[in-house]
Amino acid sequence: MAEIDKIGTAEAHKSPGQQVLGEERAEALRGEPPTVPEPSTISPLAGAVKDAAIAAGIAAALFLFFIGQKTDLVTGGLGLRSRWGAFIIAIAVIFAGRLTISLLFSQQYKVVEFDLSATIGKTVGAPLAARFGGLTRYFGTAALTAALFYPFILLIGFPQQDKQFIDLGVLVLTYIMLGWGLNIVVGLAGLLDLGYVAFYAVGAYSFALIAQHFEVGFWIALPVAGMLAAMWGLILGFPVLRLRGDYLAIVTLAFGEIIRIVLLNWYTFTNGPDGISNIPDPTFFGLEFKRGDENLPGIFGMKYDSAYKQAYFYYIILILALITNFVTLRLRKLPLGRAWEALREDEIACRSLGINTTNTKLTAFAIGAMFGGFAGSFFATRQGFISPESFTFIESALILAIVVLGGLGSQIGVVIAAIVMIGGFELFREFANYRMLIFGGLMVIIMVWRPRGLITAREPSAVLKEKKTIGADMVAQGEGH
Amino acid sequence: MEYFVQQLINGITLGSIYGLIAIGYTMVYGIIGMINFAHGDIFMISAFIALITILAIGVTGASSIAFILLALLIVLVIAMTFTAAWGWTVERLAYRPLRGSFRLAPLITAIGMSIVLQNFVQISQGARVKPLQPVISGGVTLMRGQTENGPIVVQLSYMQMIIIITTIVLMVAFSLLIARTPLGRAQRACEQDAKMASLLGVNVDRTISLTFVMGAALAAVAGLLFVLFYGVIDFYIGFVAGIKAFTAAVLGGIGSLPGAMLGGLLIGLIETFWSGYFTVEYKDVAAFSVLVIVLIFLPSGLLGRPEVEKV
Repeated sequence: MAEIDKIGTAEAHKSPGQQVLGEERAEALRGEPPTVPEPSTISPLAGAVKDAAIAAGIAAALFLFFIGQKTDLVTGGLGLRSRWGAFIIAIAVIFAGRLTISLLFSQQYKVVEFDLSATIGKTVGAPLAARFGGLTRYFGTAALTAALFYPFILLIGFPQQDKQFIDLGVLVLTYIMLGWGLNIVVGLAGLLDLGYVAFYAVGAYSFALIAQHFEVGFWIALPVAGMLAAMWGLILGFPVLRLRGDYLAIVTLAFGEIIRIVLLNWYTFTNGPDGISNIPDPTFFGLEFKRGDENLPGIFGMKYDSAYKQAYFYYIILILALITNFVTLRLRKLPLGRAWEALREDEIACRSLGINTTNTKLTAFAIGAMFGGFAGSFFATRQGFISPESFTFIESALILAIVVLGGLGSQIGVVIAAIVMIGGFELFREFANYRMLIFGGLMVIIMVWRPRGLITAREPSAVLKEKKTIGADMVAQGEGH
Repeated sequence: MEYFVQQLINGITLGSIYGLIAIGYTMVYGIIGMINFAHGDIFMISAFIALITILAIGVTGASSIAFILLALLIVLVIAMTFTAAWGWTVERLAYRPLRGSFRLAPLITAIGMSIVLQNFVQISQGARVKPLQPVISGGVTLMRGQTENGPIVVQLSYMQMIIIITTIVLMVAFSLLIARTPLGRAQRACEQDAKMASLLGVNVDRTISLTFVMGAALAAVAGLLFVLFYGVIDFYIGFVAGIKAFTAAVLGGIGSLPGAMLGGLLIGLIETFWSGYFTVEYKDVAAFSVLVIVLIFLPSGLLGRPEVEKV
């Protein structure tokens, strides 16, 4: 936490030798006594106040035009309205926040002897890390059990709100599945894909169009949609996978936008911005979830309740997500999966060991795309309506955030991140704009605080005799080139 | 012919704006090797600052020419200063703590910052588009012609002249800054080898901060020109403009300043001609396709140096 709040920390306190780039700092100083910052002549409290004043001054410059003034449409053009009250409050908040943080946590101005990160590390972090392997296993089992019984608990325990919460469960599981799918590409193979939503869109539109034109059901269209998405993964991946990490990111972003624009404008094929509606529901061995005795709940003599259909959706996506997880875990143990991880760590070493890097990357891309396609066709059948609006860049960013914040390559991390983020999103539905602001802010803060994500320890894929947990700092994880 | 010339003028105008934004991308990439994803949103921020300052000064198309010019100069200085503060803050909060971290980390905070900036502006200024009455209108007629659809006039508006001249002046000044001043020298040194530069007494952190400040200031010029020329902005303009400017930087060869300008011009021309002769709907697809094609066949761009990957 300390690092993000460095606004206005006087550069003068550092000697030039300290300002060597972070990672290279240790190397640069090796063999010499480390430079000690000169003791500050002012008292810590005064220093902190001065520091907070500088931060408040910068905030005043930043907010002057955006909080201090508001543009309003008035007759004959735009008008300005001053909001000096809000402006002053915002600056005061920055001043107070900055002061509190520097008094509590900053190395320089600290007056209270309390080191938050060290305390957390000792009381929570160390025991967790010590039992990490076990925890993952228990957490996984517990989460799976909870997931299996979730709809039953709701149906029996909370009949008033069951639909709403089962729906939330479906949504969270969709993102878990998407996160796991993207984890193959980003977490395992180390390819940063900013256009993952393209495959989600391909899956959704494939299913919708196949269902519309050929009148086939969900279960036949699902594999076809997955295959089509995988094929698109190959088509898009083939030319661009030679590129280095961040170029690849931008190209995938461009592809995501291209697909969305085509879906938006190819009116005769995709119905453009109006989208496709009346997408059929999935059946259960030919039986439909509808009112009437010949349909599903009726056959067992039960009263129809639309929550049953929701629960059915829930189990479909649960199974799809578990398949994704299972396949990923299995693939990690195969030579292919190990090649992915090796590729993530060092591409040149891989090439010199005879791994075909292009094919290895392509399979990761295609398999990730396939799961995206599955999730997309599930999305289409659940919504019953799709339009290009559902497949914007922000969706890609959200899925990527789930993967990265959860911890690249960690399956459990994706689950935790998806539950926290999607759950939080739905909880704060009324504050639609603020939640995006907070979401972006969290992305920055968590990344600065823990650049490797929440779950950083990984279980090794291949073990000799006994399992040892690898700290993520030991590997150049996710170094996408 | 007349239609072609008109599109050429429009393309160069648009390309100048892209080029100014692209410089910010190319400089940052050159010095710390990261894509500053939030740069497009810095451009958006600057457009808002320019718009609000214009409204606050109260300059309109009806004011006298001397007053308009003076006012716009003041707006330019204010927009550059305050946008630079935004650029500096973004670097300080989101990128500096991650220096030396793994490669994707700053890219992800950059995406987060981009979301923060967009939503901050959306909340504080509202989601609706902000129209501005034209401040500078009129122009000179270059050509007149006759087509089967009626007469066609090729016009070079005063605003377009201002855009092109401003861009040229800034490019020259900026190239001199990089080539001749101690700051430019420090910057080139950091670009080549940050560790060595710091050992030789260059303050690397400050140089990087100044790079962000300069990139933001140039984006502010683009933002002001954008507001004046198009007259409509909203909180979302940064995203697409940012991707296109990045495309321009890549097309010209990332890390190269003349390359960024050339790439900006090319992207502007491609987009304008595509809209003029084919379909407007797919103009973004055209620009993005150029990005993909360039990266596949010419990864180091038109004027860039090829990168050698070493163990």
